[in-house]
Amino acid sequence: MLKIENLHASVGGKEILRGINLEVKSGEVHAIMGPNGSGKSTLSAVLAGHPAYTVTEGSVTFCGKDLLAMPPEVRSREGLFLSFQYPVEIPGVSMVNFMRAAVNEHRKHKNLPPLSATDFLKLMREKKEVVELDNRLANRSVNEGFSGGEKKRNEIFQMAMLEPKLSILDETDSGLDIDALRIVASGVNKLKSKDTASIVITHYQRLLDYIVPDVVHILYKGQIVKTAGKELALLLEEKGYDWIKE
Amino acid sequence: MVNTEEYVNIYREYRTIIENNSSEALNALREEGFQALERAESDGKGLIKEYETDFGLNFERYTIQNDPYKLFTCDIPNIGAYLYYIVNDTFYANPQQQSLPAGVIICSLKEAAQKHSELVKSYIGKQMHIKENPNEALNALLAQDGLFVYVPKNVQVEKPIQLVNLMYGNVDIMAVAHNLIVLEEGAKAQVLVCDHSSGNVKYLANRVTEVYAGKNAVYDHYKVENTTEGMTNICSLLIDQQEGSEVVSNIITLNNCQTLNTINAGLNAPHASLSLCGMCFLDKTQYVSNDTEILHQKPDTNSFESFKYILDDESKGNFYGMIKVFPDAQKSVAMQSNKNICVSDKAQMRTMPQLEIYADDVKCNHGATVGQLDDTALFYMLSRGISKDEAKMLLMSAFVYDVLEKVRIPALKDRLKLLIERRLRKENSSCDSCMICGSPSSRPTL
Repeated sequence: MLKIENLHASVGGKEILRGINLEVKSGEVHAIMGPNGSGKSTLSAVLAGHPAYTVTEGSVTFCGKDLLAMPPEVRSREGLFLSFQYPVEIPGVSMVNFMRAAVNEHRKHKNLPPLSATDFLKLMREKKEVVELDNRLANRSVNEGFSGGEKKRNEIFQMAMLEPKLSILDETDSGLDIDALRIVASGVNKLKSKDTASIVITHYQRLLDYIVPDVVHILYKGQIVKTAGKELALLLEEKGYDWIKE
Repeated sequence: MVNTEEYVNIYREYRTIIENNSSEALNALREEGFQALERAESDGKGLIKEYETDFGLNFERYTIQNDPYKLFTCDIPNIGAYLYYIVNDTFYANPQQQSLPAGVIICSLKEAAQKHSELVKSYIGKQMHIKENPNEALNALLAQDGLFVYVPKNVQVEKPIQLVNLMYGNVDIMAVAHNLIVLEEGAKAQVLVCDHSSGNVKYLANRVTEVYAGKNAVYDHYKVENTTEGMTNICSLLIDQQEGSEVVSNIITLNNCQTLNTINAGLNAPHASLSLCGMCFLDKTQYVSNDTEILHQKPDTNSFESFKYILDDESKGNFYGMIKVFPDAQKSVAMQSNKNICVSDKAQMRTMPQLEIYADDVKCNHGATVGQLDDTALFYMLSRGISKDEAKMLLMSAFVYDVLEKVRIPALKDRLKLLIERRLRKENSSCDSCMICGSPSSRPTL
């Protein structure tokens, strides 16, 4: 589904990613772990097409297409979803309008007619249940005044609405208490299928107790330095990151 | 600045016609206007260059052949309002006038000045700054008619009163009109003014609206402008607020060419409160200036002011906001804000939020920002598959959302929401059902 080859990227002239190689197949869950500043968030931003990052070398193929050639909105419509580490507040834009615009753009991309208001609200209701999102939140402006946990739940709600092929969860566990973590993780698990894949970016093993990865990678100084099964995460939890640095 | 002499000479030449076709109440203002304009040049207070055009002026009060109520449908139809038309500067009585609440008068100013002479005389011209403001001097000199609204003590007009100002013709036309709105103690009314223009000629409108809000009166004033290229729209809204009165005003420029709004409000008695808002949507080479002055004269007066501009292409905006809190106005609260988004590199915004405080126990703040759309919000929306244009539209709608929320006529608010969305999508925001915008061949002539 996703094939990253020798990916180099920089921000403000500083090289952050220094040759990433990664392949994710349908049905798989990959975890990317690594210490602060290793390039985890840069990788997710580059995949989502954030304009601040420049790809200097390498290629990314997504479902057979050149991902890097697509603008961010097309990446989304093609089935890539990034759950933001810091979801953005957009005062004045209601969740309903925001989601309707997104869902209908996705439908247009698939040559489907826009959803009627009734069908759309029905879909919203169904998907809200996936992450037990409060009705009140759905009627408010996007993320405005949401708590940290509500923001993250809202990310997974959007993911449920857009049904991506590949979802990248960038530190979805940061700022979550244990109950919120469980709800978010179970939301992600409910959306899992043999046709979809996830990349879970995290500092901690904790999230991986709930979202069990097939493969764990360790990113360090812009490169993947180690790849193994889920036991690698446990090892990291026990030993910390220092042993990789040696 | 242009020579005011031309207009002084026009007045000299046509004085008899102008006065015979107007009313005593307005004629009483002309001498002061005349003197002010004669002096204007030496005082360094000229008129803007748009006045140079050789406009036609309808001093003889010729009426158009068509019924304006059938000719033109405003963008904001069906809000169940008492509807009135002023085409250029001529008032057209509504042939299907609905019955008004007891004692309420809505008619042409000329008619009012004849039938209710003392009433009109005691309010007209009282708030004008004829000596200081050449536009108002010109209005005093040439205005012959306008709308008159009177709401007696403790009467509430439940339905909005809608005035459609339509500039219409096939030669360059100047319209000079004077509206007077009087709410007695405890009265309540909402007025919606819709400014339109039609045709490919040049227009200049110079309109003064005086509002008197008596003790505990509640008054809403909305102005929605949707005019065309070639239009210069000069409007003065002058508000006198008495004790405990509450005024809400929202000045919305959806589409225009060149607009100069002056809003002066006097909080002249304790506990008067004013909410003065506005929003402007500009592109191409459009220009809007809102020049506002709020005077806190007495204690415990309250003002809230918020203007927002969205400027695209090579458009220009200007905001000048002056709030004065006089020594007698202790415990007053004044909040002023002007926020602007320049969507393009070439758009320009000038803003001057100003506070002058002469009392020591007051709460005041003011601020202005000029910026761009929030990049992080934009990227967040793109990352959800929303197209750039749509994302920008959503962000721009959101930007003016709080100003729109201040509109207290629900049907108007809904309609504006739609018109703003269309405007931001750069779709034609003019009316769906208007004969003039229909086919050019069916366009009626004067």
